[in-house]
Amino acid sequence: MLQKIYDWIDERVDITPIWRDIADHEVPEHVNPAHHFSAFVYCFGGLTFFVVVIQILSGMFLTMYYVPDIENAWKSVYYLQTEVAHGQIVRGMHHWGASIVIVMLLLHTLRVFFQGAYKKPRELNWMVGVLIFFVMLGLGFTGYLLPWDNKAFFATQVGLQMAEQVPIIGDELKILLAGDEEIVGAQTLTRFFAIHVFFLPAALFALLAAHFILIRRQGISGPL
Amino acid sequence: MHRGKGMKFVGDSRVSASRTSQIPKDYSEYPGRTEAFWPNFLLKEWLAGAVFLVGFLILTLAHPSPLGGLADPTNAAFIPLPDWYFLFLYELLKYEFASGQYVLLGMLGIPGLAFGALLLAPFLDNGPGRRPHQRPIAVIMMMLALTATIWLTYTSASHVDWEARAAMDQPVPPASVEIDTSHEGYAVYEANCMSCHGESLEGGAAGPTLVGIEYSAEEIAQIAQEGINTMPADMFKGTPEELELLVQFITSVNEQAAE
Repeated sequence: MLQKIYDWIDERVDITPIWRDIADHEVPEHVNPAHHFSAFVYCFGGLTFFVVVIQILSGMFLTMYYVPDIENAWKSVYYLQTEVAHGQIVRGMHHWGASIVIVMLLLHTLRVFFQGAYKKPRELNWMVGVLIFFVMLGLGFTGYLLPWDNKAFFATQVGLQMAEQVPIIGDELKILLAGDEEIVGAQTLTRFFAIHVFFLPAALFALLAAHFILIRRQGISGPL
Repeated sequence: MHRGKGMKFVGDSRVSASRTSQIPKDYSEYPGRTEAFWPNFLLKEWLAGAVFLVGFLILTLAHPSPLGGLADPTNAAFIPLPDWYFLFLYELLKYEFASGQYVLLGMLGIPGLAFGALLLAPFLDNGPGRRPHQRPIAVIMMMLALTATIWLTYTSASHVDWEARAAMDQPVPPASVEIDTSHEGYAVYEANCMSCHGESLEGGAAGPTLVGIEYSAEEIAQIAQEGINTMPADMFKGTPEELELLVQFITSVNEQAAE
């Protein structure tokens, strides 16, 4: 039955090459920890993606309860932490995942760097990867504000003061992020929420797609 | 194989007009002991992922995600601190050459140079050799940047008293408890504690909230007399009977809050 459905679709849209890109390829010896245990360093990229998936799923569940306004943001997080079944765990996964993803990204970056795997022809994929790193830091910065507790508020205030000091575009940049020249308040929270939940994830998905397509195009770099 | 510009396709598809064989190389043509990704290697990846997930969930269960008190923009005593992965920048900006009139150097110049170099690494380190000893400059620069970042993060974090910080910034339940001001202990509270801990135990610039604390009656009495963290000793100046009333009052408020 499944085979028939597959054949029916394959006859029309030729999905076998896509299947080959995703799954039907060889894993070389030098990246396989079963043969060389030190090859576990090649897991860091995959584990980074794994944590990103955890972040996306737990974040989707968090938005079911979170309310992005200054009256209710903190209360909704408090309610989620204390009243909702497993809310503590889901928020905990999102909170710790945000730190773990930075750690795994750093390890993955260092693996690629010290192996010189970014050299020709993989320069573009390295740059896409560094951009993913920047997007992740942006997600961390914007996500920090959302619970609207003291540490969120004051850290954001400092961050916005720093943005203001950027030459030429500083004031505009601050207003773009904060929604106001002076106040860190309701506008800031909704903007950070939009950036954290829509803008940066959109950028992240595009960059991840580019990262993975390039890996399949170019294959994994050879042994040292 | 023809590639790049001038390539011809069938209609508007991505099928090449000069269609060459689509048959991929046989697995046996690859050197070394290769393994099929699907399903052999993927199974191992799933097992590694499952172990990782167990560790991750243990971390999540052992350390619940922190939530501070509701943001209070008028709280002048709160020292802002970013998440740990921005601490290196926070610490860098404390240096003389990176603050004041040089703040742009500290904020944009040094981090911009470091992250710019990271972004453009393949073009800065463009020799053919991949082994670390074949590109000493790139490797040494990375080592220095890494050491500096770890050192800055460490010095920044080591100056912070995390427990006192968390104690100062407790979440107060939204429907806060009603304070029984006719309680005999309230008068004692008013005389000894209110100036720091607030009219309804909500806490203030100098002292944390006393609602939702997890101390026993004996511990509360001891803290009132001997102090804790930044609280000095002998803040309580009354008789032992008054101390008992005070402890009764604080525990009754907490029992009410726990309901």
